[in-house]
Amino acid sequence: MSHHIVEVKNLRHVYPDGTEALKGVSFRIHHGESVAIIGANGAGKSTLLLHLNGYHSPTAGEVRIGDFLLSKGTLPGIRRTVGMVFQDPDDQLFMPTVYDDVAFGPLNLGLNGNELERCVADALERVGAAHLAAKAPYHLSGGEKKRVAIATVLSMSPDILVLDEPASGLDPYARRQLIGLLKEFRHTKIFTSHDLDLVLELCQRVILLKEGEVRADGPAAEILRDERLLAECRLEVPLSLQGCPICGKRQG
Amino acid sequence: MTSIEGALLDFKRLDRLAAGDTALHRLDPRAKVIVTFVFIVTVVSFGRYELSALVPFFLFPAILVGLGNLPAGYLARKVALLCPFALVIGLFNPLFDRAVALQLGPLAISAGWISCASIVVRAALTVGAAFVLLALTGFPAICSALERLGLPGMFVVQLHFLYRYIFVLGEEGGQASRALELRSFGAKRPSLATYGSLVGHLLLRTWLRAERVHRAMLARGFSGAFPTRTVGRFGMAEAAFVAGWTAFFLFLRLNNGAQLLGSLLTGHFS
Repeated sequence: MSHHIVEVKNLRHVYPDGTEALKGVSFRIHHGESVAIIGANGAGKSTLLLHLNGYHSPTAGEVRIGDFLLSKGTLPGIRRTVGMVFQDPDDQLFMPTVYDDVAFGPLNLGLNGNELERCVADALERVGAAHLAAKAPYHLSGGEKKRVAIATVLSMSPDILVLDEPASGLDPYARRQLIGLLKEFRHTKIFTSHDLDLVLELCQRVILLKEGEVRADGPAAEILRDERLLAECRLEVPLSLQGCPICGKRQG
Repeated sequence: MTSIEGALLDFKRLDRLAAGDTALHRLDPRAKVIVTFVFIVTVVSFGRYELSALVPFFLFPAILVGLGNLPAGYLARKVALLCPFALVIGLFNPLFDRAVALQLGPLAISAGWISCASIVVRAALTVGAAFVLLALTGFPAICSALERLGLPGMFVVQLHFLYRYIFVLGEEGGQASRALELRSFGAKRPSLATYGSLVGHLLLRTWLRAERVHRAMLARGFSGAFPTRTVGRFGMAEAAFVAGWTAFFLFLRLNNGAQLLGSLLTGHFS
């Protein structure tokens, strides 16, 4: 199916203050792929993600989601296809209760009655947050907020899930829960992260950005082992691939 | 500064009270909003020298607190916090209005003192009723009740967002002022310029957050109209609640309840 393909061609983005955040980025992500976009702070990751959903319009180049070129006319359809989870869940949860928040998207899509109830209950169930439905967002813990933020997007059944720094600020248990949750999502996943161990667990493919350009694009296991390449991009080999700190022995 | 965070926690407690499950909590929010509105209008409509007739109105918040299983002391403290502001408003009345209105033996009480007391009592009544409404209903439910009673959607959205982000803004403000305190070493009070820059930063941060929230809304298909679920039904219980209290307020507005009770008692004992 071509409608879950994400294709970016020679994408350039210049901010109004003259900063060139993306300098001709190209890649093609297929249906069902799980891809991490990694890079140093300021490498252009977040700017790139904001293009996938049409918040930024390209200075040059094009973004194609499935069969549609991203443009004003195709925007509503594309926003339905691409579910986006933002870094700070406080930005994403703006309704009075968790239930209302998860129902926001489906209501905008025209769902109501039993269908709406079921869709919201399903999404909350999938992230293990059914018991939080009646709570207000400001009464939740960080991990709960994150899971609910993901539910708000899952409730719209997106074909492509885009997440900005999904694991930032989570405790190890909440992080582990999140990894399990994302593994279950079978559609295309694209996310940015500095947590390279998480990347290693979730992704087959990594796109490494450096100063607004694609520095490397390939299998996660290969790129994440390349010490020199990672150091050049201000990153480090993930802990799980480093030698044991005591005996120096490597896993696997 | 712990005071900001303390205030927030306190506020959250008020919010949690609305999750109670008494008959009053279960009433349709619209009924509670209407009754509170009628109550406030009635209390405010009394003449400026009226004092004794206002006293029976305390029955309304007292009964709701009792039936709604609300912590009376906590709410009373909240109301007491606001009373000084009302006092400031009425403070000059005793100075300007010196006509003797009441003679208690050798003690002459001027009309100014009475109008001042009347202002404070009214403030306590109206603010108290508003807090009770909040504790029984919760802010979001009040907002949607207002919308269903005809308040334009735009205002309702504004109220929703105000309430949702007051917590986030409060936390950010608390963090910023704590950072300021930790680096000023208690030496002297930070200058006005420092505070100015702190507030400016908060404003800019709010602005950026507003942009991000808007993005998140667009991502979920927001197109200008705010979809809301309608819950609750205006049934017999609600109609009885509204009719009963309205009749009670009207009765107390037309008859001085305190005097009535007084004459009843004295009539009985004489």
